[in-house]
Amino acid sequence: MAAMILSARGLTRHFGGLKAVDGVDFDLAQGEIHAIIGPNGAGKTTFVSLLSGRIPVQSGSITFNGQDITRLPAHARVARGIAYTFQITAIYARLPVYDNVALAVQRQGSRALRRDTMAALARVGLDDRADQEAGTLAYGHQRLLEIAMGLALKPRLLILDEPTQGLANSEIEGFKALVRSVVPDTTVLLIEHNMDVVMDLAQRITVLNFGRLLAQGTPADIRANGAVQAAYLGG
Amino acid sequence: MKSLALHLAVIALLFALQFVLPPYHHTNIARVMVLAVFAMGYNIAFGYTGLLSLGHALFFGAGLYAAGLMANGGWTGLATLPAGLLAGGLVALAVGMLALRTAGVSFMIVTLMFAQAGYLTILYFGPVTGGDEGFVLPAAARNLAGFDLATETPRYTLGLALFAVALLANLALVRSPLGRVMVAMRENEERSRMLGYNPFTVKLTALVISGLYAGVAGAGYALMFGYVGASFAAIQYSILPMLWVLLGGAGTVLGPFIGALLMFYLIDLSSSVTTAHQMVVGVALLALVLFAPKGLLGTLRERGLKWLP
Repeated sequence: MAAMILSARGLTRHFGGLKAVDGVDFDLAQGEIHAIIGPNGAGKTTFVSLLSGRIPVQSGSITFNGQDITRLPAHARVARGIAYTFQITAIYARLPVYDNVALAVQRQGSRALRRDTMAALARVGLDDRADQEAGTLAYGHQRLLEIAMGLALKPRLLILDEPTQGLANSEIEGFKALVRSVVPDTTVLLIEHNMDVVMDLAQRITVLNFGRLLAQGTPADIRANGAVQAAYLGG
Repeated sequence: MKSLALHLAVIALLFALQFVLPPYHHTNIARVMVLAVFAMGYNIAFGYTGLLSLGHALFFGAGLYAAGLMANGGWTGLATLPAGLLAGGLVALAVGMLALRTAGVSFMIVTLMFAQAGYLTILYFGPVTGGDEGFVLPAAARNLAGFDLATETPRYTLGLALFAVALLANLALVRSPLGRVMVAMRENEERSRMLGYNPFTVKLTALVISGLYAGVAGAGYALMFGYVGASFAAIQYSILPMLWVLLGGAGTVLGPFIGALLMFYLIDLSSSVTTAHQMVVGVALLALVLFAPKGLLGTLRERGLKWLP
């Protein structure tokens, strides 16, 4: 198996009595597309928030690229190469599209900010809207902008939280092509509800349920897994 | 280009103005220019970075007293002006390290508290600071590289020089990558964190730059008008820059100057016809909130002058 870019051991986060993430062991192989699925409230967003540093880890450990990052604040993890795109679109609505992406590009110490920013926008097809105020973009375009910001960080690991939510079918095709184009330089971890997207894109799938690891494997394994079917169908 | 030309034109206009202004207004404009530097500093923290401070009188006072106390020790403007600049920056650094652990309303209260503590400290050390009464700078200290700042032209020139440097630096700052990150912090701190920016360092940097502006304005004020007193470190001088910025337009480069200028003359003109000039100011602020909540330049920018920095 390929080298692991990220490993989590015994990752735990409780909110009061709610065990949002409860002792999860997780490995992410370098260059793969990995999907996290699970019923609503399974702890998916909390889990990736622990990985990205948005929520502090209660117990357990995370190694990224061979180094312990368990206690690193979120912005320092971004500097190490972990990018996170938000489930609820979190662009700077009152700033131009250009500035949204330039903020990510300049963080990489770009020497040709204008050129690199336009290239990052072109990658998602928003380069002709650079001067538009981001909040006035159509919803699908805002999602793309969000992804463009993540990609512009040139991350080693890109975490996408429900990236296709609210996208039209035609846009989803473009999105899938985009994700395929970033691997294997960038490892992709995505939370996704759209099973067609998951089965089509992911090489491996992790299923969470009640904050615990329910199953892990290839799309075919997961399809055949009885426990997963039971969790989804409420059996 | 257009915006650089506009800002240079404002500086040129102010330069030309000194040859036609009667003495009274000559002094007023000099005063407004140096106060505008203070307001620009406030705007960097409040307008661009979203840090609503109620303690900027402390930074202004730090510059003012650094210059004033050094002047008593025999130093002239060449030393006291940079000292005031540094004093403002250092005090902002110290306050920021603690106050930036909070945000929003708590940040307002903590900065207000620090500023009040500073004000009371000035009163407490009355024998050194002159307390409430303050003190007049020795005439010899009001000298910058041989120019006597007690006379009209050098005083106006110093005010204009400070204003011009501050304005162009402000313009450069807001167009720089740092300026973009400051605005990003104001707009969405969590998103900025996930783009790899440490909110604490960005906000601290903005506050220190803001403190440098306030400090050099304080030192310039002491040198130009020859008086240092505790009232300049009182709460009033934390509120005034906020009002100037709100009036002129928060998050615009020229707004602080326009706000300071209008407010100064609003008080000046209304107090010549009525003793209720505070009420006139109040009515003006109400009108502002009702009809142009983004300030004069902020409204202009919204109504078409989109290129206004």
